[in-house]
Amino acid sequence: MSDTTIPIIEARTPPPEAIRKWTVSRIAGTALCGVWIALGAGLAWSLYSAFDPDVFFKYIPKMAEGLIITVKLVVFSIFFGGLLAIPMALARMSKSEIVRGCAFGYVYFFRGTPLLGQMFLMYYGAGQFVDQLQSAGLWWFFKDAYNCVLLTFVLNTTAYQAEIYKTAIESIPRGQREAAETLGLKKGVTFWKIIFPQAMITALRPLGNEIILMIKGSAVASLVTVFDLMGATKLAFSRTFDFNVYLWAAIIYFSIVETLRRTWDWLEIRLTRHLVR
Amino acid sequence: MMDLITQLAWGPNGWGDELAAGTLLTVSLALATLPFGLAIGLLVAVAKTSGDKSLQTAANIYTTIFRGLPELLTLLIVYYGGQIVLQRVLALFTDAYVEVNGFVAGMVALGLVFSAFSSEVFASAFKGIPAGQPEAAQALGMTRWQAFRLVTLPQLIKLSIGGLSNLWLILLKETSLVSVIALNDLLRNTNIAVGSTKQPLFFYSVALLIYLVLSLISAKGLGAVEAHVKRGEQRTA
Repeated sequence: MSDTTIPIIEARTPPPEAIRKWTVSRIAGTALCGVWIALGAGLAWSLYSAFDPDVFFKYIPKMAEGLIITVKLVVFSIFFGGLLAIPMALARMSKSEIVRGCAFGYVYFFRGTPLLGQMFLMYYGAGQFVDQLQSAGLWWFFKDAYNCVLLTFVLNTTAYQAEIYKTAIESIPRGQREAAETLGLKKGVTFWKIIFPQAMITALRPLGNEIILMIKGSAVASLVTVFDLMGATKLAFSRTFDFNVYLWAAIIYFSIVETLRRTWDWLEIRLTRHLVR
Repeated sequence: MMDLITQLAWGPNGWGDELAAGTLLTVSLALATLPFGLAIGLLVAVAKTSGDKSLQTAANIYTTIFRGLPELLTLLIVYYGGQIVLQRVLALFTDAYVEVNGFVAGMVALGLVFSAFSSEVFASAFKGIPAGQPEAAQALGMTRWQAFRLVTLPQLIKLSIGGLSNLWLILLKETSLVSVIALNDLLRNTNIAVGSTKQPLFFYSVALLIYLVLSLISAKGLGAVEAHVKRGEQRTA
């Protein structure tokens, strides 16, 4: 009987590590990274060398208050916009042509025109109807620029979120609804327990983008006397002409957006882990 | 209502010509930004999809920064910061005072934002083209530039036209921000009209309507372009 054992292969030295050649793209990449490092250092130097403690301690608290207003604007508009967006999305898919047409008009108007213009229309337009609004008992709401801005943001994000929900709901295969019907489930139960949760998973990514757009877009509130983060920054700049305040604001906005983006990425992976095959 | 309509008359008594001039500036700013934003976006996307780590990092930093800042803030930083930088550089040679042109500042700021977003569109379009295609082109003896121009680019346009159309519509709306830096675009001319006539509801509605029409025309035009570049695709079902 022959020996069937396989002789052990002696461990061999690994192949030598490939030498990374200095290709054109590597040179360009290294140079560009160098440019970024230089710019970062320049930013740090500018923040350090032109640091004015008087400006800092006077206006950083104002900017912090502004940040709270920004956060409040975004949270409220996304929340109330979300509440309004679901009926709006359903109206976009309604069987009635009139309902569908109205909802389409609404969404098209708010998505087709600049947020800044909508805000001016709301804020200055309301100012034109002081008497009517006072007699209707609504003036207390519209006289505050913050409320006008919030209302505009809510109406605006409703249009965007409605479109997101509509796309998400339409992405659910028809078989799901039919299967639920076969099981004798009521329409409401089918929507809330079967269609909606699945649609929300699809809507997660665009919804995150919409929140980020809202954070960035909320900076325009500063143009109608709302002292959000941007408003406080502009105030500080107009009084001190210290350019650094814009750089502080940039760092704050950037950190918020980047943190949210990364959190959202993590959230998406976490919530869809049962869908990964 | 009639006297409101007469406010839109042409000439010194109406605001029609001012609004038209503003519309022209809005459209030309968007059109001037577009080639610049597309070119940088494409370059950044090439860097992102290149095999080199350092090049990818540099490109990703670019996108992350200009996607993460509010457009209004980017605009103000470019405008005021550009002024400071320009002044310092000029001070080395001369003591003349030069002001940063608002149109150029708007173009640069909007272009930076546009290119950051378009680079993402282009990068995902690049991923949609199988690696075998440029390899096959090379096997046929094409140079890298020929392979890019004749094989990759036509498909790239087809894959990215949808995303780019969206970005154009966003750009058109974002031009309204330049009204902040005293550039007489549609929204700023509307502001001036409102300031003198005290008819905000009417004039802002007209301005928004003009923006809406611009979006509508763009959407129609871009739809036609999309249909044209996708004419080779089979229409099934």
